[in-house]
Amino acid sequence: MIEAVRLQKHYGKTKAVDDLSFSVRPGRVTGFLGPNGAGKSTTMRMILGLDTPTGGDVRIDGKHYAELKQPLTKVGALLDAKWVHPNRSARSHLKWLAVSNKIPVSRVKEVLEVVGLTEVAHKNAGGFSLGMSQRLGIAGALLGDPEVLLFDEPVNGLDPEGILWIRQFMHRLANEGRTVFVSSHLLSEMAQTAQDLIVIGKGQLIAQTSTEQFIADATQDTVRVRSPHAAKLREILAAHATVTDDSVSGSLVVHGIPAQQIGELAAENQIVLHELSPQRGSLEEAFMQLTKESVEYQAH
Amino acid sequence: MTLLAVERIKLFSTRSPYWCSALALVLGVGLTAIIAASTDNGQLSLGATQFGSSQLALSVVLVMAALAVTTEYRFSTIRATFLAVPNRTSALVAKTVVVAFIAAVLGEIIAFGSVGIAKVLSPASDLAITTGDEWRHVAGVGLLYGIGAVIAIAVGILVRQTAGAVAILLVWNMLLEGLIGIIPKVGVKIQAWLPFMNANHFLQLGGDNPAEQAGAGVDFKLSQWGSLGYFAAIAVALLVVALIVAKRRDA
Repeated sequence: MIEAVRLQKHYGKTKAVDDLSFSVRPGRVTGFLGPNGAGKSTTMRMILGLDTPTGGDVRIDGKHYAELKQPLTKVGALLDAKWVHPNRSARSHLKWLAVSNKIPVSRVKEVLEVVGLTEVAHKNAGGFSLGMSQRLGIAGALLGDPEVLLFDEPVNGLDPEGILWIRQFMHRLANEGRTVFVSSHLLSEMAQTAQDLIVIGKGQLIAQTSTEQFIADATQDTVRVRSPHAAKLREILAAHATVTDDSVSGSLVVHGIPAQQIGELAAENQIVLHELSPQRGSLEEAFMQLTKESVEYQAH
Repeated sequence: MTLLAVERIKLFSTRSPYWCSALALVLGVGLTAIIAASTDNGQLSLGATQFGSSQLALSVVLVMAALAVTTEYRFSTIRATFLAVPNRTSALVAKTVVVAFIAAVLGEIIAFGSVGIAKVLSPASDLAITTGDEWRHVAGVGLLYGIGAVIAIAVGILVRQTAGAVAILLVWNMLLEGLIGIIPKVGVKIQAWLPFMNANHFLQLGGDNPAEQAGAGVDFKLSQWGSLGYFAAIAVALLVVALIVAKRRDA
């Protein structure tokens, strides 16, 4: 469990993280969501003791990161895949990490296999593609077989294949019962990976909820109805909800009542329906709506 | 011990320490070879064998030591280090110990290698190391390198950039301390308290040819071993400042 209490980080007058409190539940994938510059990376660096908070506190299972003994066996982190010496081989990179936390060096071979880098283990990390670097970073995070994993924007810049791999990998880690805390600026990405969401903007907490709840709250219920007796149906529905015409498809768009109720109303009045489909609002739209206020640099 | 092993793996899994060591060796021993070859056989003194090691090669070793830490900042592996070892002080002290030890060993190799090549090229010269002063003059090079490496690492931690750290170290060691002597009257008095001047004072053979001695003309207040202690104290003080800064600073 990661717990942040009134966490603050100020750089001069800029408040990168402002009075942020949240908790990451164990054994689940929690998405850390916010537009670019919202303070996600800064928060992660504070969790890991790299940056000192201006105020407040963040602990992992009740301890500051710096108090952990052999921290890699407790927390694995991938903040930036490029934190590797370009002239050091993948194997050597993992080897020093392993030795530093008294992890058996044989583990290096195992994690290289897990991420599929065995073939290039002896090659210098400087020659790796972003996808390969990302895999090496994940290998490093997994080295100590930690129960808590932190990933900062792990799919950024990856090709579709890489994104899919990371996504599946997160699921696998969660299925193994690990706590995964992963940041992203894409809600659609998080909707597929995370069970819980912590949403921040301009360093402040916007929402902490389950992904399902967040999406349900954020997207308005909209139902598309098509009927040969559109005019009659429109009259009936107008008494219960907002109805607009979709002139392109000739169907009705109903806001405010669920599809189930529309179906029942139609049956009562013996109206034939050709289509009755609930529409999910676009996730990104909903997210942008929520964080609009807190986007730092906006194009007008 | 664990942390020493970590820093050893890190240092030797990149190429720059090998290149720097090789370069220091070639420059240090090479300069002695040139001096030996251009001096009449039989006329070469022991004092002349350590120009390369105590001046030229020292600079390369300072650069190597600074690189050991600035590359960590350059490639952000320092962050990976602090994630693995949250106690920054012990991580950086371990690095300092490893690099200083390697520098010291390298210093001994270069110093005795220089004497060796001088003996080969100038067999008739008296190059035997017999007195305590002679031992200090040759074997002391290793101590100088080890302490110099500590200074270089401290500067590296403070500056964090390779170019800046290297420039500071080279200008300081090769130019600044010598140029201060130009200041009338007080110049030589200040020089008596400058770290690298004292380092050279420690190496002085105190022999018959003062012109061969580095730091000649400076009125040192300390004994030769005192000068070494002073040099070491400055190195430790700088390192302590660097460690405090590194601990407080965001990584």
